Amino acid sequence: MYPAPFDYVRATSLDDALRLLDESSDAKLIAGGHSLLPMMKLRLAQPAKLIDIGQLPLRGVAFTGDAVRIGALTTHAELASSRELLQHCPLVAEAASVIGDPQVRNRGTLGGNIAHADPGSDLPAALVALGATIRLRARKGERTVAAKDFFVDLLTTDLQPGEVITAVDVPKAAAGTGSAYLKFEHPASGYAVVGAAAWVRVSGGKCAAAGLAFNGVTATPLVSEAALAQIIGSDLSDATLAEAAAKIEAVDPLGDVYASGDYRVHLARVYAQRAVAKARERAVE
Amino acid sequence: MAKVLGTSIKRREDPALVTGRGKYTDDIKLERMAHAAIVRSPYAHAKIRGIDTTAALAAPGVLAAYTAADVAKAGLPGMIPVGWLLPDLKTPAHPMLAIDTVRHVGDAVAVVVAENRYLARDAADLVAVDYDPLGAAVDPKGATAAGAPQVHPEAPGNIAFDWELGDRAKTDAAFAKPAHHVVVDLRNNRLIPHAIEPRSALASFDSSKGELTLTLTTQNPHVHRLLMCLASIGLPETKVRVIAPEVGGGFGSKIHHYADEAITSFCSMQLDRPVKWTATRTETNATDAHGRDHVSKAELALDAAGRILGLRVHTYANLGAYLSTFGPSVPTYLYGTLLSGQYAIPAIHCQVLGVFTHTTPVDAVRGAGRPEATYVVERLLHLAADQLGIDQAELRRRNFIPPDAFPFQTEVALQYDSGNYEPALDRALEMVGYQALRADQAKRRSSGGKQIGLGLSSYIEACGLAPSKVVGSLGAQAGLWESADVRVQPTGGVTVYTGSSPHGQGHETTFSQIVADKLGVPMDQVQIIHGDTGQVQFGMGTYGSRSAAVGGSAIARSADKIIEKGKRIAAHLLEAAAEDIELADGKFSVKGSPDKGVGWGDVALQAYLAHNFPEDLEPGLQAVTFYDPANFTYPFGTHIAVVEIDPEIGQVKLLRYVAVDDVGNVINPMIVDGQIHGGLAQGIGQALWENAVYDETGQLVTASLMDYALPRAHNLVAFELDRTVTPCPHNPLGVKGVGEAGAIASPVAVVNAVMDALSPWGIRHVDMPLSAEKVWRAIREAEAKRAAA
Repeated sequence: MYPAPFDYVRATSLDDALRLLDESSDAKLIAGGHSLLPMMKLRLAQPAKLIDIGQLPLRGVAFTGDAVRIGALTTHAELASSRELLQHCPLVAEAASVIGDPQVRNRGTLGGNIAHADPGSDLPAALVALGATIRLRARKGERTVAAKDFFVDLLTTDLQPGEVITAVDVPKAAAGTGSAYLKFEHPASGYAVVGAAAWVRVSGGKCAAAGLAFNGVTATPLVSEAALAQIIGSDLSDATLAEAAAKIEAVDPLGDVYASGDYRVHLARVYAQRAVAKARERAVE
Repeated sequence: MAKVLGTSIKRREDPALVTGRGKYTDDIKLERMAHAAIVRSPYAHAKIRGIDTTAALAAPGVLAAYTAADVAKAGLPGMIPVGWLLPDLKTPAHPMLAIDTVRHVGDAVAVVVAENRYLARDAADLVAVDYDPLGAAVDPKGATAAGAPQVHPEAPGNIAFDWELGDRAKTDAAFAKPAHHVVVDLRNNRLIPHAIEPRSALASFDSSKGELTLTLTTQNPHVHRLLMCLASIGLPETKVRVIAPEVGGGFGSKIHHYADEAITSFCSMQLDRPVKWTATRTETNATDAHGRDHVSKAELALDAAGRILGLRVHTYANLGAYLSTFGPSVPTYLYGTLLSGQYAIPAIHCQVLGVFTHTTPVDAVRGAGRPEATYVVERLLHLAADQLGIDQAELRRRNFIPPDAFPFQTEVALQYDSGNYEPALDRALEMVGYQALRADQAKRRSSGGKQIGLGLSSYIEACGLAPSKVVGSLGAQAGLWESADVRVQPTGGVTVYTGSSPHGQGHETTFSQIVADKLGVPMDQVQIIHGDTGQVQFGMGTYGSRSAAVGGSAIARSADKIIEKGKRIAAHLLEAAAEDIELADGKFSVKGSPDKGVGWGDVALQAYLAHNFPEDLEPGLQAVTFYDPANFTYPFGTHIAVVEIDPEIGQVKLLRYVAVDDVGNVINPMIVDGQIHGGLAQGIGQALWENAVYDETGQLVTASLMDYALPRAHNLVAFELDRTVTPCPHNPLGVKGVGEAGAIASPVAVVNAVMDALSPWGIRHVDMPLSAEKVWRAIREAEAKRAAA
């Protein structure tokens, strides 16, 4: 558990971090270190340099019109307890509340979590289900990318060399919305074997809008358009949810010694029904 | 004086430990200390074509790099011996650094020593080993098949031993035409012990004296020294001192003599400076001896009334790549001998094939053989009750050895000294609310949804290892007594040198309670010295739930000898006859004349002043005992697990756990409860989560805690404990062992509970660990079968 040699430098500002990132080869950003350091201790990651951005002011939750902007360095514990998120974006808070354990939640950050893109992580499906937007900065400027496009493959994102995640914008929940994050925890790692993130907006007894995505089933958050099509516009009855869940399929599901791909797909189908039903119960018209 | 025995006195060990002041091996730093990193095989089985250490030697801060050739050149024996023999046991050599062949992932190939551990680790990556990978034997049954890759040429078919116990002909006769015949194939899953403190060795060789001091994570420093000197490093015991400082858990894994401490010692002897090696968590998982890993076929024959006629079991026991220190004893003496359980079984036969595989060596892990035996017996009882349509508790009751039948000679060598099984069963049923739960279960079965199950485990264990005569008669060539040297200081304080060697159990507290009770001195004037071959007489150490029963008994015997000597001194001082003196409330006095007496302190002081003693009275107040128990001790009890199954996804949730144990007299109830709690956590962990998995090439798939699931507090429930007390009749304290009981009884209680919940589907057995997916698949297959029928 001893990492290979590396250099360490602490960035003094975002511009400083971007400059350091641009000028270094084989450098990695570090904030909470809860994804990167374990990989380095196993020598699975051997970056030549760590640029510490942990002290930069990219932290906290703010409103920007119809969205909630969450700074990339906001910790999971802060996400889980943020009054703003609990009121306007409870799905993110709920997903964050079941990440790892208190020590992990106190150090791990939103930006680090999504940059690492572990398929068993809890936040990605919530962000995809909510239609969140990732804000990225490089020296040459800023760009945004939809959460569903940000996660490209196993441990791989759309993040380009020289870019830093600065914030995530999440739409505010409209009136009549309920949400739920249900997790089947891996007994060893604590990661999601399957994590179902669901929200529904109920209007006149019908589902006016919905989002549903899964962690743990495939390399990137799984979305079933067919299931969503069945849910949206429906009465959200248990029978409808069962029909919708049956439509969930996955190409190349993940599997390990604990849970096979088939079983993960089965879990996704069961958890889809349970998560949407819970969201339905929480929706107040 | 306030009562000390049977009182929950807080552990004297804890203030230092919980404030971070405990010194563990890795905390100790010596002048000029260098660090070793061991190069390990990434292959389960390979020929070594060559090893090139040139680049490693040229790396910054590197002091040396050694291979087996260097060990040979230095003239060391260089072997890791097995410490426990069986008749006709194959004992292929286990070199401390691999010679020509590696036999498991993690086998030590070379070592690099550098100025610090980071440089050592970096340089270890630069050692170039040219491997020729070969096929691996992994599964214990598969390894015996024709054509399986061979681990050692000395053990054809990979069979290290073929051992049997019991009467084969009589047992076969019992199975000739029984009214009921229960058969089950069982796999007892492989475990990795996971002490919180990883193994560590700090070797310091002083060439001016030719002496080696080895600070080591050990449960038995004298045994370690003996094995090291016999086979590994070629120094006499008089030149080697082994010290166990604070040791952070062991669960058996720190009993065994590993290559690592021999390699570290070799490095120190070569370099003439202190060398430290501390395992990383990855290293402990690949090299700490694993536990269990049995593949068995078990059978029970019963008559029409549900009385057991015979029990038959055939087991393939995985020994791993080499015979670990106690490896051969675990699936034999500690397994076959327990197959009678709590039951009067007229015929038992057990055959065990010990099998070499290209996996980490397998040895004692908390319970060691006895959880495997309990698993066989109590799974069979559960299946029999189901098959015969008899209530689980009732079938056990019908077959219990009755309380008036003790001492009871079993068909598998052991003679149970005492026991009274029904009260523990009754109490457990009462605590759990058995009838109400059965009613709830019936209701849920008719309404569908989540199902509950109840699992019973009426277990027995043999612990307090080990009566030399008993194990000797089984073919073991060593007995396991314990030593105690009790020295009364001139001012009345008492120093105890014990051969027990704690690693978290609280011996200093428990042993002080024994001494304070016996001698009437205050607890805080009793000092317990352990874990240092330089201070303590030869002792056997701590494992097999033996410290209170054997180590504690040795102390009690020495205390009795002290009292006898004290009486003689008091008699001299009081001008009375020794047989008229008694010790009570810290004072020696003449029986019948309590006013005529001398205080404990006066006697202690006079023992050393001793200027006017009669000729037949030696000065000093000290007593040494080597206590060899007359028998094992036999704790027993009944545990009941209550689980809930979510049939839609197969997930098992532990709802309640009731444990009624009989560990004889209790010295410190809080410590005993703590031992039960820890054992239960490990046993429940084995049933539901823990599993060491190798793939077919011999790679350990569950090599880290990301894949190997240890139980966490939030996975468990508040345990409901109680005790019955049947004192051990043959040791002076009436105590039995307690360290392993929880881990022995609980796996099968949980499995039986899950199978009870699954019985509406007609599911008889699912192997541990009972992961959600396995349970879900069993349900799905059962439903598919039912739909097809």
